[in-house]
Formats: sequence, structure tokens, C-alpha cells
Amino acid sequence: MSADSNQYTAITEIPARVNEFRRFCKVFFGRPVVIFGAIVVILFLIIGAFPGLFAPCDPLEADFADRLLQPGAMGHLLGTDAIGRDLLSRLIYGARTALMVGVVALSMSAIIGTMLGLIAGYYGGATNSVIMRLVDALMCFPAILLALTIAAALGAGLTNVMIAIGIGMMAPYARIMCGQVASARENDYVLAARSLGAGNLRIMFLHVLPNCLPPMIVVMTMNMGITILAEAGLSFLGVGVTPPTPAWGSLVYEGYTYLRSHPFLSLVPGLAIMIVVFAFNMVGDGLRDALDPRLRGII
Amino acid sequence: MIFDNLKGVILGTYIIRRVLYMLLVLIIVTAIVFILVRLLPGDPILVYLTQQDVESLTIEQVAKIRHEFGLDRPLVVQYGKWVGGLLTGDFGISVIRQTPVTVDVKQRLPITLHLGALALVISLVGIPAGVIAAVRRGGWLDQLVTTLGNLGVTAPSFWLAIFLIYIFGLKLGWLPIFGYTSPFRDFWLNTREIILPVFCLAVPPIALMMRLTRSSMLEVMRQDYIRTAWSKGLKERGVIIRHGLKNGLIPVVTMMGMSLIHIFGGSVFIETVFNIPGMGRLLVEAVRSLDYGVVQAVIFIMAIMVMVTNLLIDISWGWLDPRIRYK
Repeated sequence: MSADSNQYTAITEIPARVNEFRRFCKVFFGRPVVIFGAIVVILFLIIGAFPGLFAPCDPLEADFADRLLQPGAMGHLLGTDAIGRDLLSRLIYGARTALMVGVVALSMSAIIGTMLGLIAGYYGGATNSVIMRLVDALMCFPAILLALTIAAALGAGLTNVMIAIGIGMMAPYARIMCGQVASARENDYVLAARSLGAGNLRIMFLHVLPNCLPPMIVVMTMNMGITILAEAGLSFLGVGVTPPTPAWGSLVYEGYTYLRSHPFLSLVPGLAIMIVVFAFNMVGDGLRDALDPRLRGII
Repeated sequence: MIFDNLKGVILGTYIIRRVLYMLLVLIIVTAIVFILVRLLPGDPILVYLTQQDVESLTIEQVAKIRHEFGLDRPLVVQYGKWVGGLLTGDFGISVIRQTPVTVDVKQRLPITLHLGALALVISLVGIPAGVIAAVRRGGWLDQLVTTLGNLGVTAPSFWLAIFLIYIFGLKLGWLPIFGYTSPFRDFWLNTREIILPVFCLAVPPIALMMRLTRSSMLEVMRQDYIRTAWSKGLKERGVIIRHGLKNGLIPVVTMMGMSLIHIFGGSVFIETVFNIPGMGRLLVEAVRSLDYGVVQAVIFIMAIMVMVTNLLIDISWGWLDPRIRYK
């Protein structure tokens, strides 16, 4: 008996931290497509944070002499749009819009959703029923329709788009978090904390929440792509970011009119959306496999 | 015999419970829709009046029109009236066009359902693709299918539509680039018109089905009964289809409602790009012109269709998997 438990501790107490990190890196960087995703995500973050360093021209400066230039024209690598604005610069500044909306809307939906899920899962019973029925109802709509209606209700604009997407996409976080918390609160450390006299709030935020965070981080990484996609969709429909500000969705919409003669104007911004969303999804996949392969079926 | 009866009773109570539960969620759905739509900016009466002669009407006349539309009553009363109308199939009145919303819905819903149903059927292609990927795990076929699946969920549907219009409509000239003709008027023209939209609508659900089938099959193929099937000498085909797929499909089928959500979400973009007069475009038009009644009706109809689909799927679950107890 004691020999067995000694053996057990001997196996688990090999310098776990280092191995854990190595294992993480090995799994995470094991697939080329995840490495590709990570590189694209890093580039997107840098370009989105400092578009001024990369853009060759002012994205808002119209030049009617140079309108509708084909790609490869002097000084305009990707050509210009209907009023002579440089497409490459608008694309680069569009990354900033996507990043801003992505980060803010994502944080908002994640925080609201996680809190609702935490409360529902921790208290259970009637609280759980009320919150989860609300979540069920929200999940009957396509998230984009919900965001579309909220965006229309609030009016177009950067802030309103963030709010619309943030509220529209909170339901999945609540559902996943609720399941996580419902199992986490049965753990001994919760009992231990309670027996030491910890209150509900303390247990919820200091003990249960941190233990439920890893899957939420994976979901957030994957949802970053969906959030960017939602922003592009709203901007495409004209209820998103208002016109002079470059946003990838509205670039696709504006360029669509000139599809026959200038296909680049709408196809290139769409390609940018796709590559970035793909990259975030791949990084999310990689994180999930590296952090906790058991989540494969759940997320 | 007795057991059969018992199972029938249990299934009956399960269905009743599920329908009651659905009604509860439905009440929340209608409340959410109603509150959201009331948040729309602007006064619909003013939108309506701009088409008439605003100057010539007195305040009393405006109040009278407001009263006719019921917009002067408390929100709770308006909500009750709307829900009461829904029960009798009355979706309210379009403030902009002054026509009953039911008329719009009757014209447009069949079009969206036509495209959506085809897309839903085509999305089943994802199942064999997922099985192949799972069976040939790690091989080039798996890599190809998985990559296509990942691209399928990441491509913005409006961009995919524009890209395909460019290739097949403008460059190759094979297919019309927009419009919708009733299949009863000109079946071949209709078929040519809907190829691209249906494909665009089907791409996200195909990708979803593929990914789900793949991970579900990988999980199932690790089970003991699969090892038993192999060891008793069954052929690969039998093991995969009779033992693997039959179990692996269960989580996939439950996600069919999810596919429908993707299709409805996509219809907003696809119908806008292809200029198809369906529910999706109706919603976009209504949102832009602040048409309360129409926005409410469209979102409500889409939500109720998703809910009914989910209910049917949950009931058919037990038929697919006898291990499931209805409770």
C-alpha cells in the first residue's frame, strides 16, 4: 500500500513545471498550421496596434486624379478605390478597427457571459433556471441577427457595434461556464474553503473562477475570429462602423459595385478577414490541444 | 408489450414536458424581440408620415394615427396585443407600407425555406467527409478535408458569395449573378439562379457537420465495442458504418438545429448579395427603414423554427439511440 503511494508520488513529483511548459510548447507548435496561425495573429496584432507605421498613405485622403487605379500602380500596391483612396492603407487601418471591435466586444461578451454562467452554475436551483432559460432563448437566434437588431437599435458607429456584438455573443460563454462551475463547485477545495469560513463571493471568485478559466481562454481565442467576422458582417450590411472609418466589411461592400472592372477592391479585404479569422481559429485549436486535450469534444 | 406501452407513456410525458419548456423559452424569446425592437431609434409614426403630407396634419390627427397603430398604449399592453395576434397568425402591420406583415411573410418565407432546405440537405455532405477524415486520420485526405472545413467556417459568407459571383457569373458567365424566379414559373432559370446562393448558405453547415462528425467518429472508434467488432472479423465497411457511424452520428444529428441557425444567419447576407426577396433581405430592409412590426415578425419566425427543429431532433434522439432515457 505504502509502496504504491510512494511510487505514485515519485511519478508525479518529477519537476512538473518545466515539463508542463515544454509539453505545452511541443503540442502547441507541433502543427505547422498552428504556427502559421500564430504568426498571422502576431502580425495582425502589431499592424492593428500601429497602423501608422505600415500604411503608405493616409487611408482617408481622397485623390480624384488617381481614382480606381488597378493594383500595382505607382505608389498604390493594391490600387485605389472610387474616390482615389489607397486600398492597402485602408486595409491596414481596417485591421485597427477589427482589432478594436474584436478586443472590446470579445471582452464584453466573455465577461458578461462568464459572470452569468458563474452565478448560474454556483447557485444552481432557481437562479440557474432563470439564467439558463434566458441563455436558451438567446441561443435560438443566429447571433448575427441579434447583433444586427441591437446595432440597428443603437444606431451605427464603432461603440455601438462593440456593444451589439458583445451582447449578441455572450450566450455560449454562459452555457460553457455554467457547466464548468457546476462540476468545479463539487471539488474538495470548495469544501475546504467553506470550512475555513469563506463566503460565497470569495469562493466564487477566488476558488471556482480561476479553476474554470482555461477552457474560457480557449473559447475566447476561437471567438475572436467569430467576433471579427460579426463586425465585418455588420459593416457590410451598413449597420456597423460608419463610412469614412475603414472597416474590412464596408470595404467589401464599397468595392462590390466595381466587381466587374476592379475585383481586387472587394475580394482582397474579404481575403484579409478570412485569413485573420482562420488564424485565430487555428491558434484556438492549438491552445485547446495544448492546454487540455479533454476539451476536444466540448469546445 | 407492457414495456412498449410504458415506453410510449414515458415518451409522451417527455414530449409534453419539452413542449411546455419550449413555450417558456418562447415567452422569453418574444419578450427579448419585443424589447429589442422598442429600442430602435426614431418614431415610426414620423417615418410613416414623411410619405404623406406632414405639414397638413394637425397634432390631433397625428395622435389619431398613432392610436390606430396602437403605439400610444403602454408597452405591456402592446406586448400582450402582439403576442395575442401571434397566436392567431397575425404578425401585426408594417408601419412603412401599411400592409399586414403576414402578407410579406407569406411571399418571402417560402423563398428562404426553399434555399434553406436545399442548403440543409446539402450540408449532410459533411457527414461522409467527416467519416473519411476520421478513418484516415492524419493522412492527406484527412488534412485536406480538415483544412477545407476550417476554411469553410472562417470565410465570410458575403465574401464567398461575391467571389463566386466573380468567378462563375462574371468571368465564366455560367450562372446568373442575382435574382430569384419562382420555380413554378421557370424551373431551369430558378435552378441556375439558386446554385450559388444555396452553395454559399450550405458551406458553413457543411464545415460544421464535417468537424463534428470527425471528432465524434474519432471518439467512437476508440470504444470497446469497435475493438470487439474488429476482433470478431468484420470488414472495415461493417465496422465503420454499422458500429461506428450509427453511434457517431448521434451528436451530429443533435447539432442540426445549429446548422439551421447558421443558414438563417447566412440568409441575411446571401439574400442581400444575390438580391433574393426572402426573409433575410426583408429583415435588412426593415432594420434600415425602422419597420417595427416586420423586424419583430422575422426574428420571431426564425427563432420559432429553430426551436421546433431542436424539439424534433431531441425527440428523434431516442429513436437513434435506445440507451437514452427520456426524463
